[in-house]
Amino acid sequence: MAYWFENERKLPTGRLWVVFYAIVALTLVMLSGYWKLQIVDAQRYLEMAERNRIRSIPIPAPRGRMFDRDRRVLVDSYPGFAVLLLRDDPKEVDKHLPAVAEGLELDINDLRKQLEDAHTLADYDPIRIKLDASPADIAFVESHRTDIPVLELLIQHRRNYLRQQQGDGFMSHASGYVGEVSERDIARSKGRYTSGDVIGKAGLERQYNDILMGVDGKRRAIVNSLGREVARLDQSEPTAGKDIQLTIDYDLQLVAETALAGRKGAVVALDPRTGEILALLSHPAPDPNLFAVRIPAEEWKALNENPDKPLLNRAIQAQLAPGSVFKIMMAAAMLESKAVPETLSTFCPGFATFYGRQFKCHVFNKGGHGWMSLHSAVAQSCDIFFYNVGQRMGIDRIAYYAAKMGLGRPTGIDLPSEASGLVPSEGWKRRVFKEKWYAGETISVAIGQGALTSTPLQLAYSIGGIASGGVFKQPHLLKGTRPAEYHFALTEDTTEKITQAMFGVVNEGTAAGSRLEGVEFCGKTGTSQLISNEGLARLRSVGGRRFTENAWFVGYAPRRNPEIVVAVLVEHGEHGSTAAAPIARDIIKRYYEKKGAKDQKQYRVEYQRYDLGRPVASATAAAALPAQVPAPEKPAATAAVADLRRRGQR
Amino acid sequence: MMLVAQRSRARDFDWWLLLMAVGICTLGVLDIYYATRSGDLSGMHWKQLAWIALGFACMLVISVIDYHKILDNAPILYLLGLAGLVLVLFIGKTRFGSRSWIDLGLFDLQVAEPVKLIIIVVLARFFSEVRSERLSLLDLAKAGILTGIPVALILKQPDFGTAMMFVPALLVGSFLAGVQWKHVAAFAVVAALLLPVGWYFLKPYQKQRIETFLNPESNPQGAGYQTLQAKIAVGSGGVWGKGLGHGSQNQLGFIPVRWSDFIFASQAEELGFAGVFVTLLLYMGLLLRLVHNAQRAVDRAGMYLVMGVAAILGIHVFWNVGMTIGYVPVTGVPLPLMSYGGSATLFMFMALGLVMNVRMGRFVN
Repeated sequence: MAYWFENERKLPTGRLWVVFYAIVALTLVMLSGYWKLQIVDAQRYLEMAERNRIRSIPIPAPRGRMFDRDRRVLVDSYPGFAVLLLRDDPKEVDKHLPAVAEGLELDINDLRKQLEDAHTLADYDPIRIKLDASPADIAFVESHRTDIPVLELLIQHRRNYLRQQQGDGFMSHASGYVGEVSERDIARSKGRYTSGDVIGKAGLERQYNDILMGVDGKRRAIVNSLGREVARLDQSEPTAGKDIQLTIDYDLQLVAETALAGRKGAVVALDPRTGEILALLSHPAPDPNLFAVRIPAEEWKALNENPDKPLLNRAIQAQLAPGSVFKIMMAAAMLESKAVPETLSTFCPGFATFYGRQFKCHVFNKGGHGWMSLHSAVAQSCDIFFYNVGQRMGIDRIAYYAAKMGLGRPTGIDLPSEASGLVPSEGWKRRVFKEKWYAGETISVAIGQGALTSTPLQLAYSIGGIASGGVFKQPHLLKGTRPAEYHFALTEDTTEKITQAMFGVVNEGTAAGSRLEGVEFCGKTGTSQLISNEGLARLRSVGGRRFTENAWFVGYAPRRNPEIVVAVLVEHGEHGSTAAAPIARDIIKRYYEKKGAKDQKQYRVEYQRYDLGRPVASATAAAALPAQVPAPEKPAATAAVADLRRRGQR
Repeated sequence: MMLVAQRSRARDFDWWLLLMAVGICTLGVLDIYYATRSGDLSGMHWKQLAWIALGFACMLVISVIDYHKILDNAPILYLLGLAGLVLVLFIGKTRFGSRSWIDLGLFDLQVAEPVKLIIIVVLARFFSEVRSERLSLLDLAKAGILTGIPVALILKQPDFGTAMMFVPALLVGSFLAGVQWKHVAAFAVVAALLLPVGWYFLKPYQKQRIETFLNPESNPQGAGYQTLQAKIAVGSGGVWGKGLGHGSQNQLGFIPVRWSDFIFASQAEELGFAGVFVTLLLYMGLLLRLVHNAQRAVDRAGMYLVMGVAAILGIHVFWNVGMTIGYVPVTGVPLPLMSYGGSATLFMFMALGLVMNVRMGRFVN
């Protein structure tokens, strides 16, 4: 059977050879084509490839806002402009750099350095040379679009902080501020930050930068040799930063800011049941709005060298002698340690002699307190009583209890750079000064003087913990945080006696002038010396105020298991009872007013934004103001944005 | 006896052909990796490797089936292929403007790819049954119709580029079957006369492509953009290239579909003329090896089979390489064994399986 494929004819060998040579010929044709392009015309095409550039324009992500506990805006953003320098053609950049520096009032050497620092970036990534473009800068860029083609405007979100009045910040030490990322930050960030990013530099802005800061988007476009965009490649949308809610109560913060206005000092109000900070401020408070994004060097220098230290967050960084406030810790230590009988009674003639040296009581000039028990010694703040307690307990026992009750270590608040304060002991002095501890020093420490220091926050934390029977909750500003808890259980007897004594301070003792009707308002005054009595007298005679005593008051309510603790420091306020206690009283009063109104469902979240320079006379005036907010005067850049958009549409 | 047969089969396996094919595939995977490693496309080279492995397995299977048995079934295969092409017009998926893909669940099959293989088989069967020294006009017309039906169906998708890839199979086949020069001349005249008429039937984008091909610099931002960018990539590569992963045209995405149709441009930029020379030599070697195998085929059927593969492979290579530097109009033609693509890779290996089959079959019987 013959199959279809049985075909005896020979293969067409000749024609196969034709195909063979055709293949060789076609290959040679192709090779010659590539030869021409890659070898003969290579230079021309190389230049064309170099002209093919991609430009990538960042789309800044808005930073998250900060709200108070009632969701009132404390910090938000508004649109402004940044000036971009397009670097895709280095020759053009070199040519126009002097004109750019002059037109935007920038230092040309700074610009050169920025360019140099950017050499690791791709050429198509522009750099932000001016983050806070003024209307004049915007006009400059717009009017030189053709003759200086290396500039571009970028909408950049700018931070808007509340302010007490022009030049004075509102809770600015808590909120902190943002600024342009530094080279060191970039190096440390492992690629997360790039030049021109705006990051939190201090306070909560820094603490929660990772939450608040979004991820910038990017728009990539192909540009031709003239810098014109010829095609759009892709666009990645920015991811906005997340908002955060704070534990701050705007109403209480406002009362505190207003009450402390014009004086140096700090206020911390917290809820010891949860550790939530209700108000936190330090004065003087610079206005972070004025820092813009980049603060001029001389202004920064002035802030740093200002003797009033406006950049110091006194609430968590001022390490000062707590003065008589420390008598509460002493009293608690005395009752808990049982080293001194609780029935101790001493006679105060206005002074006492220990180790051959005379120690005065604060009533020295008016005679003495007479016979003092623990309760009356706290209420009247008798120094002689506590000198005796201190002498009998010894420094190491004092140090042990002070440390257990929260002093000498940071509280762990969610703010950067918290100071730890200092609780001195024999071991500490040996370690640091290589010196022996002198018994006389213990006498000073017993009334909160000597080497003992603490911050306002620590005192609020400690007193709150003691009045809660020894439960210390980690203070925090971010709402919803589960605070770390620390227990140093005090006996019921100790807690009862101490809180009764602190009730006595406000209702019969040194701070009786600050009594609040219907509120179990308790507390302890303090007046701490900065230098010795003799030196002070000498300075007073020449009219110096810098070394007048600091006034302290730590108050709370109600007496047992308090809901609110307020620590007030007024530097050079002289008397805790007159300078500091009224501030705490105002805050606690407002707290109860608000609580009462909330209980009766009558509380309305009223909100007065103090941004853009509306001064406030007093807390009561602020409370009386209607809820409607006057339309804020638009920042210049916002108007410019609107103007540009309009022109863009035309 | 059995043992001897087995040994001779292993020895007759075309190791040179395989070596050159593997060399080309290696270059392809390398190019795909460097063209796609950043961005959403990264990891594509792994998929390509998987397709190559699958293709290799198919090649081995096909190489041991007697090709006469495959040719016996040519009519059935032909009808299956036509059915597939009709089906795709109704249920096909549209990509790049052509309804060419059928969703097979695991992957999308480009139906024209297996049809290329089927046409090779059908034409081999047809021409080996021609008994005369000279190809008669009737036989030429029959072969033309056999090829024309699938071509027309593919034009309907519409996929002009792929349709044109079938023509050389007919041309080479009829040339080897002894086509008469007077017929060739007559067809050339008719084609020349029909050209203006054909222009009338072209879609606007096809017309634009041809216009762009004739004058690429006329519209550098529009239709000429692809060709120009590909040429810039090739030209700027120079003698030694910019180095793998360092071609700006390639890495910045200026080269259109740099992992598939324009893969040769990305290679030319990064490996330079040196790379182009080696690659083209490999392709030439592969094609010449096919002609060599055809010359040693045991019968005409085997020869036609091998030369059909050579024709289809050759047109793909030369069209793609030529299109990259603007020698021919840009159409969606992949570079065999190098471009990323499942169907194309799979059926190119199956075609090579047919060639192996013919070669090993020469001592049988």
